[in-house]
Amino acid sequence: MNVLIVAAKEIHQAIRNRWVLAATLLLAGLALTMSFLGSAPTGNVGVRTLDVVIVSLSSLTIFLVPLIALLISHDAIVGEMERGTMLLLLSYPVARWQVLLGKFLGHLAVLAFATCLGYGLAVGALAATGSRIDTDSLLAFMAMIGSSVLLGAAFVAIGYLVSALVRDRGTAAGICIGLWLLLVLIYDMALLGVLALDQGRNISATALNAMLLSNPTDAYRLINLTGFANVSTFAGMAGLSQSTSLTVPVLLAALLCWTMVPLALAALAFSRREL
Amino acid sequence: MKTVRILDVTKDYGSVKAVRGASFALGEGELVALIGHNGAGKTTLMKLMLGLIRPTSGSIEVLGDNPAAGEFAGRRQLGYLPENVSFDAALTARETQAFYARLKREPVATALDLLDTVGLGAASRRRVGTYSKGMRQRLGLAQALIGRPRVLLLDEPTTGLDPELRQTFYDVIQRLAADGATVLLSSHALTELEERAGRVIIMNRGIKVADGSIAELRRLAQLPTRIRLKVAGLDPSGLPGWAPQDATCRRLNGHIVEIDAAPERKIELLHRATASGNSVEDVDVIPPSLDELYAHFLRQSEQAP
Repeated sequence: MNVLIVAAKEIHQAIRNRWVLAATLLLAGLALTMSFLGSAPTGNVGVRTLDVVIVSLSSLTIFLVPLIALLISHDAIVGEMERGTMLLLLSYPVARWQVLLGKFLGHLAVLAFATCLGYGLAVGALAATGSRIDTDSLLAFMAMIGSSVLLGAAFVAIGYLVSALVRDRGTAAGICIGLWLLLVLIYDMALLGVLALDQGRNISATALNAMLLSNPTDAYRLINLTGFANVSTFAGMAGLSQSTSLTVPVLLAALLCWTMVPLALAALAFSRREL
Repeated sequence: MKTVRILDVTKDYGSVKAVRGASFALGEGELVALIGHNGAGKTTLMKLMLGLIRPTSGSIEVLGDNPAAGEFAGRRQLGYLPENVSFDAALTARETQAFYARLKREPVATALDLLDTVGLGAASRRRVGTYSKGMRQRLGLAQALIGRPRVLLLDEPTTGLDPELRQTFYDVIQRLAADGATVLLSSHALTELEERAGRVIIMNRGIKVADGSIAELRRLAQLPTRIRLKVAGLDPSGLPGWAPQDATCRRLNGHIVEIDAAPERKIELLHRATASGNSVEDVDVIPPSLDELYAHFLRQSEQAP
């Protein structure tokens, strides 16, 4: 009950602060751009437009959704402490884990709303302009929206962990930007570099799988680019999807772990904080 | 029935000892003033009672909970007003108040009525971000009063309030105390507390240096009561003949004499003055004020090793 009260207030605040509006407009704008400009190179003949959109949109999601999630979440604990609002909130009959979980549900709802509406608009626009959309593609698209929300959840949880550990908001923001750069950009480049140098001599398939699972953005990428046969042919990852033993349930479990573990650690760190 | 028990509580922040070995219990219906300099440990004590921080040693019980262990069932009946209270700027006062009422499982409509009690009225539909310090303080009071609390912890509650609202505020908390609530309030406005607080706890550098009703503190302090007499035809050269030899007397001006009387000699000295004839036209008896008592106990604790 307390969790839901806190969640409702977070949603209310996010609407008031125009976070919801901003995130939805941003995602919708980019999704629409992708839908219409992204299919230009392939043309419209014989190609499933939606599958192309999934490929481009999921690549975009990897950059954008973690960024939005970290922006919302890095401030959640340390910011409220700095502003002094946490002091009053914790004098109420509510446990600290309830505060954290409430905020999580609230922020996740905001993110889910923005993703569903933003990306949903893209499908709607494609259908309205007469593109042929079959059931397989639609399922893959819905899976992409779902996994995008899960990716967002993982980064919201990571943001909370940072927020619960550091002393001031500036540090939290700095660390979150660093994490974003690391997980979204540097990790994959480093991984490619290592693989290229290694030429398959020392790094086994298991080790590669472990490395892919230890970054939530890679787990997300694999779900969307290899999880559906039609899509993986466009993503140029058809080869990889046959060679990797990572199935969609395993990848989903990895994303779920990336949500639950940081969230639990954040709750632990928060419960020990003095203010 | 005790609502708050503090037993030998010490709280260190690194090398800073914020509270050292404090013990006291607060009962139902008590209006207690917690006074002391900045950094004397007043805010720390309140945070300890709320479980916002954990004591280095000692035990705390608030409404049957141990706040240090994260128990909070009793907090439904607890109101807290922090020093420099702040709220989420994006929400209005009504939305804020409704949120806090829900957390306490109290009817929202009753909680919203409190906004009128503290005089927020029409402004309660505006965002808190637009509020002045005084208006935020009013909202702070309104949220602390949600659900007729049995324990009220108020940290500097009257800063930023205008005199009229101060009066309303004291009326409200005195009514609550009369109904059996424990009110602990820290303040610098000692003269305001003098008439209202049934009990005073004085803190100095984390140590409790005095604890009792104002009458008890006056007895302990043995500070003189000042008797001011307006005397007709005062001899310009000296004191009137009935002035005691064994108490300090001084002339304040052409017709007023002031005597520092030990508390138990007040009546005797007044007798002597009035028995001397009709030269005494007016009398003022001024017991030591809370300001003076506070200064006395601080001096005493500084001199103690």
